[in-house]
Amino acid sequence: MNRAVVKRRHRNDKIVTGISLLMTGFVLFTLGAILATLLWNGVQAIKPSLFLESTPPPGGEGGLANAIVGSLMMTALGIAIATPVGVLAGTFLAEYARHSRLAETVRFINDILLSAPSIIIGLFVYGIVVIGMGHFSGWAGVAALAIIAIPIIVRTTEDMLSLIPDALREAGAALGTPRWMVITSISYRAAFQGILTGVLLAVARVSGETAPLLFTSLNNQFWSTNLNAPLANLPVVIFQFAMSPYEDWRELAWGGALLITVAVLALNIAARFSAKQKARS
Amino acid sequence: MTSDTLARPVMHTITAPNLKDGPLPPEKIAVRNLNFYYGQYHALKNVNISIHDRRVTAFIGPSGCGKSTLLRTMNRIYEMYPGQRAEGEINVDGEDILAQRDLTELRSKIGMVFQKPTPFPMSIYENVAFGIRLYEKLSKADLDERVFWALSRVALWNEVKDKLNQLGTGLSGGQQQRLCVARAVAVKPEILLMDEPASALDPISTAKLEELIEELRQDYCIVIVTHNMQQAARAADFTAFMFLGELVEYGTSEQIFTNPAQQRTRDYVTGRFG
Repeated sequence: MNRAVVKRRHRNDKIVTGISLLMTGFVLFTLGAILATLLWNGVQAIKPSLFLESTPPPGGEGGLANAIVGSLMMTALGIAIATPVGVLAGTFLAEYARHSRLAETVRFINDILLSAPSIIIGLFVYGIVVIGMGHFSGWAGVAALAIIAIPIIVRTTEDMLSLIPDALREAGAALGTPRWMVITSISYRAAFQGILTGVLLAVARVSGETAPLLFTSLNNQFWSTNLNAPLANLPVVIFQFAMSPYEDWRELAWGGALLITVAVLALNIAARFSAKQKARS
Repeated sequence: MTSDTLARPVMHTITAPNLKDGPLPPEKIAVRNLNFYYGQYHALKNVNISIHDRRVTAFIGPSGCGKSTLLRTMNRIYEMYPGQRAEGEINVDGEDILAQRDLTELRSKIGMVFQKPTPFPMSIYENVAFGIRLYEKLSKADLDERVFWALSRVALWNEVKDKLNQLGTGLSGGQQQRLCVARAVAVKPEILLMDEPASALDPISTAKLEELIEELRQDYCIVIVTHNMQQAARAADFTAFMFLGELVEYGTSEQIFTNPAQQRTRDYVTGRFG
């Protein structure tokens, strides 16, 4: 080969490698800066009162206990509703319908729902549940979070079940196993880690959602676990407190932001870990 | 010749059995005028064949000739996929299985082993116990006994007795395949269908599997699909040569491999195409 050509390729290789490194560095720097700022400002807010006291009036002493509990309740209930719906719909797509017209349509609509802006889902639930009930409520928040989580779980369940070789299903069927049992005893078992990863990712996604909760559960300044009334939650509290002119409110917002970030990070690591376990087995 | 066969289908039967193991056992499977379709594609054309109990029958032929398709009609596993259908008769012990309602009962009688080992994602013990539990309610002791029996039957017991609770997927390929045979044998079938069971195995594991087939043939009717002609010659009593969806020739393996009657069989077994 021509020496000039070889030289040029070496040079191009170096240039592309350099640009790639630069861009990677930029992304990492941004992420690092966000985490560092969060840690720097948030750590001061992390003290026992943050977990023990409810959101204070301006100038008062308080914590985020009501918002933490509200977020946990709504996320847990939303996921508890979304998991069976999502897993069963994903099962339908991967095991029963596969290449049918219906499945294609459901898959398409699910993908649209997956990428729908969460504020639209918030408005939808507002229109149906909040207006229907006549007031904001924790249940409306649960509904919004469930609607956001369902398409994620449908998608991952379908993908994970599709990865299971048909030979395994045939082997089950060839023993005389009824179809539902092939799915529950063989397919689910083989795809368990993957489906669990999907559920964890859905938890991570919904636990940071703000827009849909603004229209549904709204907020509650006081300690409450009543799902029929407006319910405090971390994202909306952060939203309100961060934009307030009061110093102590802004500090609580930093603390809440740090809490959510750490929780989501932990969930992502757990999901990653669970996916790795699957790869190993 | 071809047009003659199509016009007046003949039953392919064994007329000159190899008598080294005593008299020829009775017919177990009789396929009559079997046609198979993948949607519009006509994959099996008027197949007629008589398969005997306690013997090994091999289907050979080039890729796409229909040998696996024929095997997959015998336990109706093809029904898992829409658009696939079979017409004709497959009589097992005189009863047409294509007309049979209950697939579960049918499949308890007919076990199947696949090309790639397919251990279930559970322990070695559970892999074998899985099928048994579908049909029988055994006490723990009886279940243990049956699992032991099945694993011994495939000469796997000594290799796995200390790790029955480990995942079946952790075994070597050859061990996994023998585990799958054990799983099939554990439900006490009468027929074993094997779809290229050794094609994913190394030579040593292949030899072990062939030994196992030789051992099992005393109790089961074994039908095996293989790409490997030496394997058919070694392991099978009878061999059927298929080509383009037709059953071209059927006879003792010795006759098919040393003195085939048909030119197409001769061309294939001498390696002229395929």
